[in-house]
Amino acid sequence: MKRHLLSAADLTLEDATLVLDTATELAQLTERATVKKLPTLRGRTVVNLFFEDSTRTRTSFELAAKRLSADVINFSAKGSSVSKGETLKDTALTLEAMGSDAVVVRHSWSGAPVNLSRFIRGSVINAGDGTHEHPTQALLDAYTMRQRLGRIEGLKVTIVGDILHSRVARSNVLLLHTLGADVTLVAPPTLLPVGVDQWPCQTSYDLDAVLPKSDVVMMLRVQRERMGAAYFPSTREYARRYGLDVRRVQTLSDDAIVMHPGPMVRGMEIAPEVADGVRSTIVEQVANGVSVRMAVLYLLLGGAEPAIGSDDQ
Amino acid sequence: MSAAQARPVTGDPAAARPVLQGPEVGRVVDRMAHELLEKTRGGADVVLLGIPTRGTTLARRLAARVQAFEGVEIPTGSLDITLYRDDLRLKSPRALEETDVPADGIDGKLVILVDDVLFSGRSVRAGLDALADLGRPRAVQLAVLVDRGHRELPIRADYVGKNIPTSLQEAVHVMLTEDDGRDAVLLGPADVAR
Repeated sequence: MKRHLLSAADLTLEDATLVLDTATELAQLTERATVKKLPTLRGRTVVNLFFEDSTRTRTSFELAAKRLSADVINFSAKGSSVSKGETLKDTALTLEAMGSDAVVVRHSWSGAPVNLSRFIRGSVINAGDGTHEHPTQALLDAYTMRQRLGRIEGLKVTIVGDILHSRVARSNVLLLHTLGADVTLVAPPTLLPVGVDQWPCQTSYDLDAVLPKSDVVMMLRVQRERMGAAYFPSTREYARRYGLDVRRVQTLSDDAIVMHPGPMVRGMEIAPEVADGVRSTIVEQVANGVSVRMAVLYLLLGGAEPAIGSDDQ
Repeated sequence: MSAAQARPVTGDPAAARPVLQGPEVGRVVDRMAHELLEKTRGGADVVLLGIPTRGTTLARRLAARVQAFEGVEIPTGSLDITLYRDDLRLKSPRALEETDVPADGIDGKLVILVDDVLFSGRSVRAGLDALADLGRPRAVQLAVLVDRGHRELPIRADYVGKNIPTSLQEAVHVMLTEDDGRDAVLLGPADVAR
């Protein structure tokens, strides 16, 4: 039985399309028809289990659950028993004993949500695990592309930056492949993960060569906090070779869009003029995140059994 | 669950008996449009909201007939009730249908909910809940092409195309040209899956 959303690879083309279509209708309801609260998940409890800092993802999940009338418990590792030495498993079992129907988990360990899904009865939703995956981010990115460009199949999507430490990149590559887009990863050789040649995408070291052919350019933040060693000579050199500045944006085709999952570092991977420009979807991505997460929560928790997601482990 | 969500005949088509066919459906809709004009005194302030899929189609047809008879233009929309259903927890979540409310909204209007089949009344109850979240109509009425009885809630229709006495072992299928390629109301054995 399907219960969890652990990886973007869990979603078939039908699943992913169902999530995007559901999100479209929910956005229509909450934005155009101004229904702020739907009764659908009344009486269900969603636990936000965040072992790592997050503003937009946690708030987005919280808002999504509340708009569907679910009860939300926010749990962050700071100020909890985790700081007293409790393990992930015991924390999860404690929360489950309190009657949670779904656990939205973010953890710095890759694979923590999969682990959790083995001993929890409710649904587990991966909200970002280490450098592994962040499936709902990929879904909201795909939603934003479809909204702006009208389709996903056949789009040329370029993902630029710190691929090595990016869970967003991996989830996007997997989901966009399922949805029929062509993805190219662009990064300095030191910031491409080992085994990237097995991913369903192309890679390049030369941003200027790829940009004119791109429909979507997704910039990623350089994750300094995950870097022990030097991956490039200097910030200035990185910005000059891999940053999206005004000159580079002018080489894009007319209706190409610029995306960023946030948080962004202005002046590093993206110039302020580009981040605030007409091509930028950065603010839309945040708004779309709520609709997409409502769709995921509805499809996993709304019925007797989930309509999307992965099987039991 | 309610049979209000009529779907294409899944079983043996020969097993389903036509109750209305072709132009008979059109005549019934024409009569309902006349009744609507009579009861609402010319259709002022009326908004027609159909419950997808065939309710929405019927709402558009009613509006078109009213327009043809008296030249009155009635705003028409569609109201998805999926998120308000009381049987959501009984099966896996369904895909949502379109909700499209006319730009002027429903506040102070006479809203007429339109559905193809009235059965248990549960769809209509969900529709009333959905309406309450959208605004505050002056009044709400109900128009259905077929009333097949077996109500489980205190709900009745203001405009009925045809009353069809049925047993619980039967299913009513409404087919409309826009959705199904032809107009018909069929009475057949209930789907096993239901």
